Amino acid sequence: MDENLKIELGKQGVFVTTIEELYNWGRKNSIWPMQFGLACCAIEMIATTMARYDLARFGAEVFRPSPRQADLMIISGTVTKKMAPQVVRLYNQMAEPRYVIAMGACAISGGPFKQGYNVLKGIDRYIPVDVHIPGCPPRPEALIQAFMTLQKKIDEQALTGEDRPRHLNEDAPGEFPVPEFGEHDLEPPSNSGVWTVPVVIK
Amino acid sequence: MKTVGEIKAAIEAAVPGAGVVVVSNPGPSAQHSLLLAHDRAVQVAEFLRDDAELALDFLSNVTGVDWLDKEISEKVKVTKPVTNTVDGVEQSVEETVEETRKHVEPGYLEAVYHLYSMTKKHGPLVIRMRTANRTDAVEMPSMTPVWRSAEFQEREVFDLFGIVFKGHPDLRRILMWDEFKDHPMRRDYVEPDDYEYEPTAHDEVLSRAKAHQQLVSGQ
Repeated sequence: MDENLKIELGKQGVFVTTIEELYNWGRKNSIWPMQFGLACCAIEMIATTMARYDLARFGAEVFRPSPRQADLMIISGTVTKKMAPQVVRLYNQMAEPRYVIAMGACAISGGPFKQGYNVLKGIDRYIPVDVHIPGCPPRPEALIQAFMTLQKKIDEQALTGEDRPRHLNEDAPGEFPVPEFGEHDLEPPSNSGVWTVPVVIK
Repeated sequence: MKTVGEIKAAIEAAVPGAGVVVVSNPGPSAQHSLLLAHDRAVQVAEFLRDDAELALDFLSNVTGVDWLDKEISEKVKVTKPVTNTVDGVEQSVEETVEETRKHVEPGYLEAVYHLYSMTKKHGPLVIRMRTANRTDAVEMPSMTPVWRSAEFQEREVFDLFGIVFKGHPDLRRILMWDEFKDHPMRRDYVEPDDYEYEPTAHDEVLSRAKAHQQLVSGQ
């Protein structure tokens, strides 16, 4: 629909919208995160929900203690190799549409523990991540920025066509394989359907 | 609190044949420790806990140390007979030659315990135990029957260093998963080759990332 016509009609007291806009508007303003913290980033996440930073302004204050009721998983902290299968399992238990924010250096890459024997080098090796936030830990403002980025991303999604969200695409994977504990590492070390080795440009 | 030497004398008076050795610390802290023999270790520990004057009732910390095999080379003067032929006549002369001899001192695993007294408000006393080697004789007595707080920490030392504590009620891995092989805090632990993506590699990581690239491109 023509934007100018829409504005003109609005001046006349006629509200015109599309199902897509209404649907995305509803989705983006009620992202309920899962009550789930992994390490020190979780403290910043908790601070974000409190009065000073007030995440409730974004419709995301209801932290759900069950993955069945949650829309968003905030990977807040170091994902150890022992914890990674549980994180993937929790993600599998969430209902579509679901989103993931990888919060902090550890969750996006392993961070300062990257060369350790026990830390996963980024949760994006097993599950699709929508927003990555760097920082150690990221400030609450950074988490709010991530929320706004995610809201913008949802708002711009087309409900039909190639770029439609995963829950409207029958062929999209719904369940992600949970890694097994191996003798030295997780098996497999990454999910090739989600993560491929990025090309380093020097 | 008594000095380490006095505690050693008290132990030897109370537990015959205790076989306690003072391991001195040459650093400025001068925190000397006691090395316990395996067969009397639990009795010595009970004495340290129950003795009215020491009353070391609190075990605050258990940690492990991995000492690798040490190759020691030393120069030794050796005298051996050398036969020289001078003007057609054979002469036997003794010559002194300097030789470098090498021998390997076997490594061992060590557990270090820090003891405090809550009632007397003193401490720490550091006690140690060593295994016979790093490979097949990695056992030592557990202190869990004496101090309950040793339970989880000895499990951690077992998990990361591979010391088997005899008499521990529940010796399982605590940090790594049960299927994990090897002990990651040992100094010869080889981590899995997961260097496929290193955007900011340097030093050791850079060399491992290059080795990984060669391995991948070679296949």
